[in-house]
Amino acid sequence: MEFNILKKRFDIGRQIDDFLDKVSESGLLFKHGVDAYLKNNFDSFTKKIEDIARVEHAGDALRRDLEERLYTQTLIPESRGDVLELLENMDGLLDRFKGALWRFEIERPDIYPELHDDIRDLATCVVESTEAMVLSARAFFKDISAVADHLHKVSHWETQSDKVSSRIQKQVFNKPELDLSYRMQLRDFIRHVDKIADRAEDVADKLRIYVIKRSL
Amino acid sequence: MFAFFLSSGLFLGWSLGANDASNVFGTAVGSRMIRFRTAAICCAVFIILGAVISGSGTAETLGELGAVNAIAGAFIVALAAGASVLLMTKAGYPVSTSQAIVGAIIGWNFFSGSPTDYHSLTKIMLTWVACPLLSAGISIILYKLVTACIRAFKPHMFHLDAVTRYGLLIVGAFGSYSLGANNIANVMGVFVQVSPFPEISLFGWFVLSPAQQLFFIGGLAIAVGVLTYSRHVMMTIGKGIMKLSPVAAFVVVSAHSLVLFLFSSQGIEQFLIDHGLPAIPLVPVSSSQAIVGAVIGVGLLKGGRSIRWRVLGGISSGWIVTPVIAGLISFISLFFLQNVFQQQTYRPAAYSPAHHASERIDNFNISTESLAYLAGQIHPEAGEFNLAFDADPNRTDANCAEQEAIQIAGDEVIRSKKVSALKQHAGIRPFRAHR
Repeated sequence: MEFNILKKRFDIGRQIDDFLDKVSESGLLFKHGVDAYLKNNFDSFTKKIEDIARVEHAGDALRRDLEERLYTQTLIPESRGDVLELLENMDGLLDRFKGALWRFEIERPDIYPELHDDIRDLATCVVESTEAMVLSARAFFKDISAVADHLHKVSHWETQSDKVSSRIQKQVFNKPELDLSYRMQLRDFIRHVDKIADRAEDVADKLRIYVIKRSL
Repeated sequence: MFAFFLSSGLFLGWSLGANDASNVFGTAVGSRMIRFRTAAICCAVFIILGAVISGSGTAETLGELGAVNAIAGAFIVALAAGASVLLMTKAGYPVSTSQAIVGAIIGWNFFSGSPTDYHSLTKIMLTWVACPLLSAGISIILYKLVTACIRAFKPHMFHLDAVTRYGLLIVGAFGSYSLGANNIANVMGVFVQVSPFPEISLFGWFVLSPAQQLFFIGGLAIAVGVLTYSRHVMMTIGKGIMKLSPVAAFVVVSAHSLVLFLFSSQGIEQFLIDHGLPAIPLVPVSSSQAIVGAVIGVGLLKGGRSIRWRVLGGISSGWIVTPVIAGLISFISLFFLQNVFQQQTYRPAAYSPAHHASERIDNFNISTESLAYLAGQIHPEAGEFNLAFDADPNRTDANCAEQEAIQIAGDEVIRSKKVSALKQHAGIRPFRAHR
């Protein structure tokens, strides 16, 4: 019985790792998808959308299973609420990556070439902030003292993302020859992507509190 | 009739089980780390084992304080302790069964004219003070050790969860055993002198003494208290006193269990004596105060901000107030039972110098010659014996002051007038009671 219970704990630890892998993978798919879109490689872009939808579906299934197991097996009762919230917030990041990519697919904005590098930069900052968040979350489960080593990187990438986002918006609105509606569409796009980094920072702030609560 | 008189002890046992089990498993059950059923069964089994196997040490100490020698008296003593626990709890004071029973026994001593062994009483009261302090010290050391281990091995959150659950169950079992061993004397100690049970040999393997049979019954009463009424208290304790993490709970319960074990283990006492070290007195201590001490230890490590210092005030007032109230209730109830219900609450005990006591005093190189005038005298009660002791025919006014000085210097103690002084120096009961 003892070994069975320990095996269950190993299983659930592995499941959490799998779930965080999905979040990380969604970020990479987003980055590749944006790149493919900017290169007008729509076959590759469509493939990335399909991949991210599959990853998001798998992530949802894992999260639901984890939540159920945490409650039915009454695991980590003192931190269960925090862990559930963390998993849901991480799933929220995954959903946002999928949503942003779908927005490209639905609206198909015409992004003029001078913006391409900046948009790639923005995507990189957003993905890096999420990646740092995934590392923080992994450390929360495996080595709580190492969480702080990753958390500050989330803030760093979020700041970078804000800077790039502001720069792009300035560029867009400094082009009076473009239609206002087009400029506003681009602004919404940029803000939508930038919001992912903001959201990652919000999750990092909450994680900071969970760490204090669990500190020995 | 014995069953009826035993009922007050059983009630005391039941209330002890209902309340004190929460000290051992409250945090684990309240935080849902362990299911109530698992905790209750484990607790009940180990309390009975602790009571039967290791309960005699603390019972002996209570016996030294006052040997209640009539069943009706034992009934009242246990009832008075139970009633004072109930009253103090209703009044919102932190209360301990150990302190109540000591007060009740002293009440009986006063009523029956038996001498109170102030050496034992001092030992018991000092232990009460030492108990939360020791518990706090142990919890600080344990907490440091456990956190150092966690930092060194960096276990996964879920693995730490599993290990902590097993840890809580194991220290809970140990705590229950220690609780049974330490506190059974509160429940059944006063009945030991009047136990009607014969010795029972089980398949020739081991013998159950009359005291152990009493402790088994008392252990059952505590177990029933655990199984029937401790759930609510556990849930309240787990969520109420202070928010403890499961790891901190493990440390707190471990410290509590170790302290209770130290104050009830005859094995450790013998080991210390064999190695020439000062022995730890075997005294019933308060499980709740051991827990509070351990929680304060952990709180101090975290900066002391979360400690409610008023609780400490409550505890120290309990050291005095609880025994006094229990003693008063005991004295008044004994008076009523004896004079209104015509029950014998004590059997008069006569006192005379015992030969073995003289021998052991000799072993301390103290002369017993000056006790010669007491030889052959039998006094119907302790008070009269003390008077005879004071009326030393060899003593003159001129040498009285000198003898007092000698007494203070710790020399020629045998000529000092206090019975308790003799006991302190000889470490024994110098006088035999004729029952």
